[in-house]
Amino acid sequence: MNKTFAILLWGTIALFGAVAVGTVAVHRGEPINALWLVVAATCCYALGYRFYSKFIAVKILALDGARATPAERLENGRDFLVTNKWVVFGHHFAAIAGPGPLVGPVLAVQFGYLPGTMWVLAGAVFAGCVQDFVILLFSVRRDGKSLTEMAKDEIGRVGGFVAYAAVISILIILLGVCALIVVNALKSSPWGTFTIAMTMPIALLMGIYLRGIRPGKVLEVSALGFVLVLAAIWGGQYVSQKPVLARAFTFTAPTLAILIIVYGFAASALPVWLLLAPRDYLSTFVKLGTIALLGVGIAALHPTLHMPALTRFVDGTGPVFAGKIFPFAFITIACGAISGFHALISSGTTPKLIARETETRMVGYGAMMCESAVAVMAIIAACVMQPGIYFAINSPAGIVGQAPAAAAATISSWGFPVTAADMEALAHAVGEQTLYNRTGGAPAFAVGMASIFSHSLGGETLTALWYHFALMFEALFILTVLDAGTRVARFMVQDALGHVYKPLGRTSWYPSILATSALIVAAWGYFLWQGVKDPLGGINSLWPLFGISNQLLATVALCVATTIIIKMHRAKYAAVTLVPLAWLVTVTFTASWQKIFDPNPRIGFLAQASVLAAGPAPMSTATGRLIFNNRLDAAVTGILVLMVTLVLVESLRQWWGILSGVKEARVKESPFVRTRLAEERG
Amino acid sequence: MKRIIDGLRIIRDTMREIFDEAAYARFLGRTGMTSSSAAYAAFRREFDEAKVRRPKCC
Repeated sequence: MNKTFAILLWGTIALFGAVAVGTVAVHRGEPINALWLVVAATCCYALGYRFYSKFIAVKILALDGARATPAERLENGRDFLVTNKWVVFGHHFAAIAGPGPLVGPVLAVQFGYLPGTMWVLAGAVFAGCVQDFVILLFSVRRDGKSLTEMAKDEIGRVGGFVAYAAVISILIILLGVCALIVVNALKSSPWGTFTIAMTMPIALLMGIYLRGIRPGKVLEVSALGFVLVLAAIWGGQYVSQKPVLARAFTFTAPTLAILIIVYGFAASALPVWLLLAPRDYLSTFVKLGTIALLGVGIAALHPTLHMPALTRFVDGTGPVFAGKIFPFAFITIACGAISGFHALISSGTTPKLIARETETRMVGYGAMMCESAVAVMAIIAACVMQPGIYFAINSPAGIVGQAPAAAAATISSWGFPVTAADMEALAHAVGEQTLYNRTGGAPAFAVGMASIFSHSLGGETLTALWYHFALMFEALFILTVLDAGTRVARFMVQDALGHVYKPLGRTSWYPSILATSALIVAAWGYFLWQGVKDPLGGINSLWPLFGISNQLLATVALCVATTIIIKMHRAKYAAVTLVPLAWLVTVTFTASWQKIFDPNPRIGFLAQASVLAAGPAPMSTATGRLIFNNRLDAAVTGILVLMVTLVLVESLRQWWGILSGVKEARVKESPFVRTRLAEERG
Repeated sequence: MKRIIDGLRIIRDTMREIFDEAAYARFLGRTGMTSSSAAYAAFRREFDEAKVRRPKCC
């Protein structure tokens, strides 16, 4: 490209980006158009990718296109396979895109659209994309080793153990939270429950079709499954309108929780091919299609955002979750900005498919940018509705009350006008009995998405169908995360127990399968039950716990990355991982401290336990359980922080030793082998 | 035109990879089997053991 043209092009992009970010940041009063967020995001991603990721690739990582990757050296046609970079990109994106970038930003919108948007953009460009990129490259240079293996090799045994424990903890908390989101989305919703229930027989049909009728034609059967799901959404409307059928599919939160716990156990213990694999394909099909559709809808409609830039709840008194903008906005939005979980994918399947080192930039950095863009779309979807409606949907009954008139009055008194009639009309329009107290983010996202879709396609008559389509889309792939996560956690526990008693490690030995499945399901089921029974809605305590654990895993990943960069004699550039690491440590340790010790009972677990304990005697069993749960949450948070502190201390010892010359800076990479592909390509 | 065709081909390949159709084709190539119920069952037995260990992100 001509140099003058390049300067002009990038100068223009920088100018557009600066104007858009500036407008998003300083605009107050009148509603703002979503297009400003879209332009700001596009320009930030373009500049971040072109300049920052290139700087990292050239100056720090020194990507070498002549070095053979494990996909080439160890190619076996199964795990290790030289794959087209765009195919790896799609595969990687499909693996990292889950409910997190949709739910977290929707919840954080209680602070207004500004904090979430800024964190999603800055966090992704300077932290999340960097983490995914460097961990992917380091794994490629180590034969596709996992994060826990790299932590053990580069930081020491403590690092490896903590990474393992953090992964298990995050999985359990994540699964509990995911299940809670589904429960809150489906409770008292016969239409939604029927649609999700129908995905089970549809998946079974798909499994039989794949096995017996058209073996291996997954895309074909997924498209067929998708059509059947659309028919189920249509049928859900009929079910919700027939009192007998509606009653059969109307469940309370505890009943739904029990059903999901039973499903989780069955999904972990039953053969994969019949139910899980087809559901996974169906979920991926719907996920990719819906994300693309949402992107097109936002671009075509560029709706107006009614949520203000900043709300009064930056002071920490928000109804969705308690706590000030710092640190809680930064742990509530995890996957859209930085997610430790991505480090597991970047050191899992993806490094075994990369054909050339130079492609790690596009796959690692680029796919995370797309994930961040999904988070921006979620913010837009949550902000298109009137703020009063957003708060009515997301506020728990414990804060705003059960009665519609009282809840509307409370929310209006905060400066976000809404009436009981507005909410009733909206509930009627989307085919629900009520939209009050639907905490968890999923229903709010579904209302926003339905609003965008119905304005683009089908008009208001299809609002209810779009709402249930959005709800089905979220519940379907949250349940997929749930069953896949339960299995992964089961395998991890079996691997560990196999060191104690060999048969327990055998993944085909049914007593071990049943015992470890029960263990994992009981662990996340406990958190789910705790959330269902929590008068504050559960999300208030569980989502921050998930955010903290996820960001602590990112802390471990960035410790590994910084250690390797220092060992590579690139200490002068270590700030690229050290600064995000320092930020994450500040955020997560502050959030953890506040979640444990803050005197405000809505924030601090121990304070809430004390308030409950000081209540009128005799104490009920339910109150006793709530006190125990709060103390348990405090203990879990404390243990997670303690473990990550150990990794930090070990890392600091490594860095100090290397930089002071006491320790040898020796990276544990696979030896250099010249690629054949480079020769073939000239 | 060539670029459009290449683009569509990459999208198709990506979808085939994401939905494991490519993995099944490689399995058939590696084992010398032809596509059938038995071959697909064998593929799933081998493939699921590895696939279900992969975490899916939140």
